Amino acid sequence: MSTFAPPRLRLESLAVWRRNALVWRRLMTASLLMHFGEPFLYLLGIGYGLGRFVGELDGMSYFTFLASGFIAWSAMNVASMESMWSVYTRMVPQQTYEAILATPAEVDDIVFGELLWCGTKSLLSGTAILAVAAILGAVSDWTALLAIPVIFLTGVSFAAPGLIVTAYARGYEYFYFYMTLIMTPMFIMCGVFYPVSSLPGPIQSVVQLLPLTHAVEIIRPIVVGQPITDLGLHLAALGVFGLVTTWIATVLFRRRLIQ
Amino acid sequence: MRWIPSQISRNGVTAIFQTESTLTSGAIDQTHASPVVHCRDIRKEFDSITAVAGLSFDIQPRTCFGLLGPNGAGKTTTLRMLLGQSPRSGGVLEVFGHDINHGQRAIRQRTGIVPQADNLDPDFTVRENLSIYGSYFRLDPTVMDERIPRLLDMVELAPRADDRISTLSGGMKRRLTLARALINDPQLLVLDEPTTGLDPQAKHMIWSLIHQMKRAGKTVLLTTHYMEEAERLCDELIVIDEGSLLAQGSPPELIEKYCESDVLEIRGEVEQVQIDSLPEAWRTEQAGDSLYLYANDAQGLGQFSQNLTDMVCLHRRSGLEDVFLRLTGRALRG
Repeated sequence: MSTFAPPRLRLESLAVWRRNALVWRRLMTASLLMHFGEPFLYLLGIGYGLGRFVGELDGMSYFTFLASGFIAWSAMNVASMESMWSVYTRMVPQQTYEAILATPAEVDDIVFGELLWCGTKSLLSGTAILAVAAILGAVSDWTALLAIPVIFLTGVSFAAPGLIVTAYARGYEYFYFYMTLIMTPMFIMCGVFYPVSSLPGPIQSVVQLLPLTHAVEIIRPIVVGQPITDLGLHLAALGVFGLVTTWIATVLFRRRLIQ
Repeated sequence: MRWIPSQISRNGVTAIFQTESTLTSGAIDQTHASPVVHCRDIRKEFDSITAVAGLSFDIQPRTCFGLLGPNGAGKTTTLRMLLGQSPRSGGVLEVFGHDINHGQRAIRQRTGIVPQADNLDPDFTVRENLSIYGSYFRLDPTVMDERIPRLLDMVELAPRADDRISTLSGGMKRRLTLARALINDPQLLVLDEPTTGLDPQAKHMIWSLIHQMKRAGKTVLLTTHYMEEAERLCDELIVIDEGSLLAQGSPPELIEKYCESDVLEIRGEVEQVQIDSLPEAWRTEQAGDSLYLYANDAQGLGQFSQNLTDMVCLHRRSGLEDVFLRLTGRALRG
């Protein structure tokens, strides 16, 4: 099989996913506390605290605006962390992948298993924030649950570039470059805290190209119960971004793991 | 039969595998059976470095084949090529009759691997390590339910089944890794330096388990740099260095071919030994503060040692270690 061949999705990837899920189950209490506790504090502190000064934004309270943006951001953040720190831990110090590659499972199964797992973690975290937002009164309708598959897609799409960074990483410090140079700018600029339309024109056109913008543009209206503009475009942007980065990540992992 | 620690064979591993392994059913004439591993002139180059420079050998079914060489000789690279974990740069390489490039998954389905470095999953218990690993083979849960307790009994880890990996000793981890390699009931078992770093008891236990595997009809491929291990376990072996074949044969054949029958090892002020006065047929080698005299003359060596009153002398039969040192030199390796 050529190194550059398209990734192949097979059932063995579910075994890799299941391994991670079983590890997570053991640490579930701490993980759930973090998933619920952190957004709860952030939303209360920033949403209510800052929201009093901001008032309404795009036809919703600032609390609701922020909560819906946080869901998208958290999907990106959780998937990125998992695909960098945790995947690196499994790849290098634990040599988990070397053990897996001694079985009929292959590099593609590892990549897909990890992507699915990162998506699952995003889903857990995003859903937790959605629940917190609902408890605090930011969600008006059950249709907000339609955000869940989008959260999953967002997680998978952001896990793939994380895997690309990991495929090159020689240590954990590599991930700070990606966090500081890529993730933090998106967190600040892609419409989590304020509408993209309030940015200067040239910057807006750059921000429109960033994947987190598209995730926010889909998730926010679903959560708030507003009509989504350009749903197809945003989904396609996220999907294509995810597919291309998945292909690249698979090629890089083949090169890293099979030498 | 060599010494085997007590208790190990009490569960009769032979019985486990005779019922499950297809290769063990029926008598196989070794000389006519097709080899489990067949390689001709395999090569591996990393950028400008040649790690393996054209190796050829066959591994016959139901034998233990040793791959010996000093550190950095190319042993692990060869194993990785055999397992499809490292693409070869050239040559013919077939395992179970499949070309390694096309049949990797089929080959790994029938192979068990004990890697050199511990890569047990630290997030899981002893038992979970086996079941998770089995899931990568997509083994049926009912098969695993029946196989896992027997494997744990076999490696004497049943009482530790629910303990975390971090609580195990080095020997226990290695035994668990061996049990893990058997979860798919492999026909070929690959062991990369299985006893490195183990204490004598743990080492003997691993050896005894490998003997059981052989009796159960498995083909074993072993790398080691312990010559005692190779002498005990291997039916045939090759010695490689710098990626090339130096010698091939059974341990007695190699000793016969490359070494005199006896050796006198002298330690102490070896400069005082009159090397010039020794018979011409004797061969000498010096390493550190030891002098080795090799000869097919046990009596002569014995008499010679009696004159060396203020030195420590050890007169013994030549072994594989002497062959190995002769072939690969005495220089230290990185």
